[in-house]
Amino acid sequence: MNLTLKIWRQKNQSDKGGFKEYKVSDISKDMSFLEMLDVLNEQLSDKGEDPVHFDHDCREGICGMCSLHINGKPHGPLQTTTCQLHMRSFNDGETITIEPWRATAFPVMKDLVVDRSSFDRIIQAGGYVSVNTGGVPDANEIPIPKRIADEAFDAATCIGCGACVAACKNASAMLFTSAKISQLAMLPQGQVERKERAEKMIAQMDAEGFGACTNTGACSAECPKGISLTNIARMNREYFSAVVSSENV
Amino acid sequence: MIDSKIPPGPIQEKWTQYKASCRLINPANRRKYRVIVVGTGLAGSSCAASLSELGFQVEVFTFHESPRRAHSVAAQGGINAAKDYKNDGDSIWRMFYDTVKGGDFRSREANVYRMAECSLALIDQAVAQGVPFAREYSGYLSNRSFGGVQVSRTFYARGQTGQQLLQGAYQALMRQSQIGNVRLHTRHEMMDLWVEEGKAKGIVARNLDTGEIKLHVADAVVLATGGYGKIYYLSTLAMNCNASAIWRAHKQGAFFAAPSWTQFHPTSLPQMGDYQSKLTLMSESLRNDGRIWVPIKSGDNRPPHEIPEEERDYYLERKYPSYGNLAPRDISSRAAKEQIDNGHGVGPMNNAVYLDFKDAINRDGKTAIEKRYGNLFYMYKKITGMDAFKEPMLISPSAHFSMGGLWVDYELMSNLEGLFVLGEANFADHGANRLGANSLLQACVDGYFISPHTIMNYLAGEKPIEDPKPELSHEIIDTNQKRLDNLLAIQGNKTAEEFHKELGKILYNKCGLIREKQTLLKAKTELKNLRDSFYKELLVPKGSSLNFELEKAARMEDYLELAQLIVEDALQREESCGAHFRAEHQTPDGEAKRNDNEFQFVSVWEILENGNHNLHKEHLDFESIKVSERSYK
Repeated sequence: MNLTLKIWRQKNQSDKGGFKEYKVSDISKDMSFLEMLDVLNEQLSDKGEDPVHFDHDCREGICGMCSLHINGKPHGPLQTTTCQLHMRSFNDGETITIEPWRATAFPVMKDLVVDRSSFDRIIQAGGYVSVNTGGVPDANEIPIPKRIADEAFDAATCIGCGACVAACKNASAMLFTSAKISQLAMLPQGQVERKERAEKMIAQMDAEGFGACTNTGACSAECPKGISLTNIARMNREYFSAVVSSENV
Repeated sequence: MIDSKIPPGPIQEKWTQYKASCRLINPANRRKYRVIVVGTGLAGSSCAASLSELGFQVEVFTFHESPRRAHSVAAQGGINAAKDYKNDGDSIWRMFYDTVKGGDFRSREANVYRMAECSLALIDQAVAQGVPFAREYSGYLSNRSFGGVQVSRTFYARGQTGQQLLQGAYQALMRQSQIGNVRLHTRHEMMDLWVEEGKAKGIVARNLDTGEIKLHVADAVVLATGGYGKIYYLSTLAMNCNASAIWRAHKQGAFFAAPSWTQFHPTSLPQMGDYQSKLTLMSESLRNDGRIWVPIKSGDNRPPHEIPEEERDYYLERKYPSYGNLAPRDISSRAAKEQIDNGHGVGPMNNAVYLDFKDAINRDGKTAIEKRYGNLFYMYKKITGMDAFKEPMLISPSAHFSMGGLWVDYELMSNLEGLFVLGEANFADHGANRLGANSLLQACVDGYFISPHTIMNYLAGEKPIEDPKPELSHEIIDTNQKRLDNLLAIQGNKTAEEFHKELGKILYNKCGLIREKQTLLKAKTELKNLRDSFYKELLVPKGSSLNFELEKAARMEDYLELAQLIVEDALQREESCGAHFRAEHQTPDGEAKRNDNEFQFVSVWEILENGNHNLHKEHLDFESIKVSERSYK
């Protein structure tokens, strides 16, 4: 395949940035999207140009590192991570536009690399069970009905890639935040801190500059792990019941 | 010179006795001590969180943007624990024995026993954190079986056990960074180890965003920086996995043990083309239901469904009837390579074997199989475009896990005092071959349950460190800055990636699944030439701030040095054991032939001033179990 790539280049956080066009040829349809970018980068290096910086690591769809807005969609045309997207999803001669995630809370570091540490700070605010190492009961002393365990698991599959934010016209992080709140609200281990967790995580999410949710559902539609919109509904319920019964007046 | 510090007494009592007698620090004094933890995978995150919970100051470093990205995330199949929830005869002792045997009697007995012993508490810990392990309809935890054992002791979380366990540890770490004493340094890469009077007292780290290099001091340093299987280029590891932290520590005097013991995972996806950057792993759990076979006739290119049952060779079931498709990884991988080398390989490049679910689907139904492995089948389809419900999967062995690593004693401390090495970065528990679902376990156990005790024991004998004199720190910072400047100055015409591919080819072909003296000697020359050309032809685009190519080049430089030691290690060990198979040393039916008289030791390498290596031997004493031939027939 021969392709034209329209890629966002930006030297650093303060640079204005802009699109640049590149041509790549002899691309195999079995290549992953990132391997196609590897080819481009080899080409650029050989010419003495700065290679395109993009985030990636495990290349098997689990670490959450890879990102990229491809032809206007986070992680491209399939509901998967970019590393699991293969060139067979594109046509010979096509022009592909590649941009970084766009969100105030995800500043661009260089080219296609963004800073997602805001997600860490949301987890920091309460996305855990406050248990220290040691002194816990036997694992089978906490039986959990399979249906509930499975549903909690569905929420726990979030890899924190940020596609939900990138897909949202409001750059909202509700799907990400709600996945963690849901997982722990459903499990017996998460009950003690349930209310406090919802309040704190949502406060942090707002403080980071993520937008509000207007129930469009683009987040869930683009989520490579298929995290359900139900989690946002559950988070709203959790938040509501937390505030009305809050002890922090 | 090699003192493993194994506590006296019967094996069942050693760890209890150690904990009862190790030194403690009063809670009010703990905050005076600072510990640096490098790496935020399961071992690093759990160790950092646990130390902070105890009241120590912890400085955490990772080159990732977030601790949650560490490669523990990618482990699929599960984590072992001798809970015996299945009533199938499991026990700490059996798990201990399975692991020592799985490692081909080349691991340290006392360490392995302790790992099995601590496995019980680990499952409790993870569940308390909210890790969503698989459950039965009763609401109780579910288990499955893994390679090299005959009980079901593997706890799992669909095909993403590593991701879920790491979330637990990451969350514990994030909680401590909020309420406790953890300071996070993300996007920081360790460049060097700071040693004062023979003791590890800090690290030199580079801020990857700004390029700034700084010395960070501490009372102890923990390296939990993972494995180096990526040295083979094509591997199941993440693209950024590297050996730099442990190699830099090695160059400062930490001994390196068994560098050539690398496990090749039997069920990864085969290479499909030259452009390929990694080989995706398919969980070993698939071997519970999948049957591995190749056509009996070599060069048989018919599609799999046209090959009748009697013309198929289910070679693992044939050769190892009692373990069958669940034979341990080293044996399964080598058997696959043998079939491929003898012309029975299948797939477009004839470099794979079949993993067939037809019988399991007929037996249990498609729904049951989908429930068990749905996400793996889905992933397989996305990558290859093929449907494993309809045709057998193509799998092949690929570089996976480093059993070797920095040498540590029973306390997980290196020969350099104050340097602790955890998880895959050390060598201790897996011998010459790791059993499936033991790596998550080892990382967790090292981090949650062992290192907090042994580090406190060490710190109790130390006076809290003061910041070093500026002129001292300038020197080591300059050295490291110069090293990068030199790489930038070469301005040749080959990227680090291209060197990496070449290095990978040399190692795969000459120091991979099967090794032989003559080819190893050839590899030695080729590696030397490759290293020479690296310093003449390397091309790194200019720029000292965020520059991924510079990061790669520095890691590559370390890989090139490590590769030479790997080959040296493989040459020195004139026997076959576990993953280390020397063609000269095999039984008449092609199995690995150990040489216990001469090689019942761990090879421990010390680096000399001139860069050469000196071999020390840690003799392995088996007091509790009888060393026997490792058979899975």
